[in-house]
Amino acid sequence: MTVAIHVNHLTRKFNDLVAVNDISFEIEQGEIFGLLGPNGAGKTTTLAMLSTMLKPTSGSATVNGMDIEHNEDGVRKSIGIVFQDQSLDEELTAWENMDFHGRLYRIPGDIRNQRITELLALVELGDRKDDIVKTFSGGMRRRLEIARGLLHRPAVLFLDEPTLGLDPQTRNHLWQYIATLNKEHGITIILTTHYMEEADRLCNRIAIIDHGKIIALDTPANLKDGIGGDVVTIKSSDPSAIVAALREPWVSRIEQHNGQVTISLQNAEQHVSTIVTLLNRDGIAIESISIHKPTLEDVFLSFTGKTIREEEADGKANMRMYHKMMRR
Amino acid sequence: MDIIYTIWLRNMKRYVRSKSRIIGSVSMPLFFLLFLGFGLNSVVQIPGMDENYVVFLIPGMIAMSVLFTSVFSGIQIIWDKQFGFLKETLVAPVSRLEIMLGQTAGGATTAFIQGVIILVISVFIGLNSQSITGFLIAFGFMALIGIAFTAFGIAIASRMDDMTGFQLIMNFVVFPIFGLSGALFPISSLPPFLIPLTLIDPLTYGVEGIRYGLTGSSQINPVVSLAVLGGFTVAMTIAGAYLFRTIKS
Repeated sequence: MTVAIHVNHLTRKFNDLVAVNDISFEIEQGEIFGLLGPNGAGKTTTLAMLSTMLKPTSGSATVNGMDIEHNEDGVRKSIGIVFQDQSLDEELTAWENMDFHGRLYRIPGDIRNQRITELLALVELGDRKDDIVKTFSGGMRRRLEIARGLLHRPAVLFLDEPTLGLDPQTRNHLWQYIATLNKEHGITIILTTHYMEEADRLCNRIAIIDHGKIIALDTPANLKDGIGGDVVTIKSSDPSAIVAALREPWVSRIEQHNGQVTISLQNAEQHVSTIVTLLNRDGIAIESISIHKPTLEDVFLSFTGKTIREEEADGKANMRMYHKMMRR
Repeated sequence: MDIIYTIWLRNMKRYVRSKSRIIGSVSMPLFFLLFLGFGLNSVVQIPGMDENYVVFLIPGMIAMSVLFTSVFSGIQIIWDKQFGFLKETLVAPVSRLEIMLGQTAGGATTAFIQGVIILVISVFIGLNSQSITGFLIAFGFMALIGIAFTAFGIAIASRMDDMTGFQLIMNFVVFPIFGLSGALFPISSLPPFLIPLTLIDPLTYGVEGIRYGLTGSSQINPVVSLAVLGGFTVAMTIAGAYLFRTIKS
């Protein structure tokens, strides 16, 4: 397998804030690779560095074999990028936005026109090509941006939170597009997301990133297997007592957090009655109990001790600082 | 060249579609021309000039229209920043210089067209220049004002994050540039202590140049005007390109 992206001890600081902290990973050609983490974890900063928009403080990276610092134009030609925030000209039509992009990437006229027609058809905007983008819905704009990112036939496509703020139906639709692009056109895709489900469904491999560091990197299946079986969640007024009561050999991991106890174990269905019996014996009241197969949310919780949503609440203060610094 | 053209083309498309902007920026100099021009026509006698005040005012209003449109076009980069479109341009494999020059060409063209609209209207309210050369001279000065002040707008936009500072720039930089330029009155009739200020105002040379082209007389030698305004245009383009190089999306 050929390496599409190679990241070597990449670090980016904004004054005192370390947005990306010494990360290293490799993405192979043809992969869909996900950077999963809460807002403010450093995902967008990582993409900004890989797309040459931001200089790293230290470390290095190559994209399609080209160094991001020494061959900016080479990298830029070989990547397509869909930013987190919209980057279309709303006063122009869909076609004109595509045409502008094609000209910037110096695609000759006849090839440009042919590709624009093809791509607009691919994202089902062919019949809206002469409409002003201002009249487009969020999902249509996103599709147009993806089509635009593909116009110069990039080897790698960067998607920064591709389905942020879209309704579930449009989100499903976009996931299908992304999977198709990868499968049928062999495009390597690196995407950032803070949606667990998105990462789980789309990505071949996922790097979980928190506070600028990669805390886990594997296939979604392996990450979930690493939890140690199924997950039982018990809500109770006295979680510490539960942890104390359930010191059993079949419990592979037990953690309390926010009035909840999360237990990882094999064959949860067989053990759930034992759990209830044990807790009843000790007189511990159970508010609710649930069993589910491990999700990436559980993986995130097991690595960080927090759910992704709690991390986001913490991360918001960082984000504000980050934005201030980006503007300097 | 093709990149500059691409960015110019986008500016033109946006310009042609913004009907309200075209009308909006034509109306102000036009109202000045009508109210001030005809209102003061009978009262004001310009020393050393046979023509009436309206004709004196026309070059000033053309310059004003080019000035305001070009500064605004340059500063519009802030919109691109806020609406995210700037990123699309900055991440493309093109140089910042090409982007800046394209934006300057686009803004200057827009401003030039706005000036021409005022010029055409002027023909109907008293401008009676028969000289083709005169018109060409005026066009040349209009183009220079357009390029210089679009670049000026880009330079400012490169250092601003949002439009909140825009009003400040308009009131404390652009309006004084206009007011001191001799667009509304002959510079020789100002009190002596203000004359140095008008002479360091680059627009003075633009107004004088256009006035020379359209009325055949001016207080500053047109060659001097051309040299000063030309030099200012080059300086502004370099400053704009330099500041735009470090713009953050």
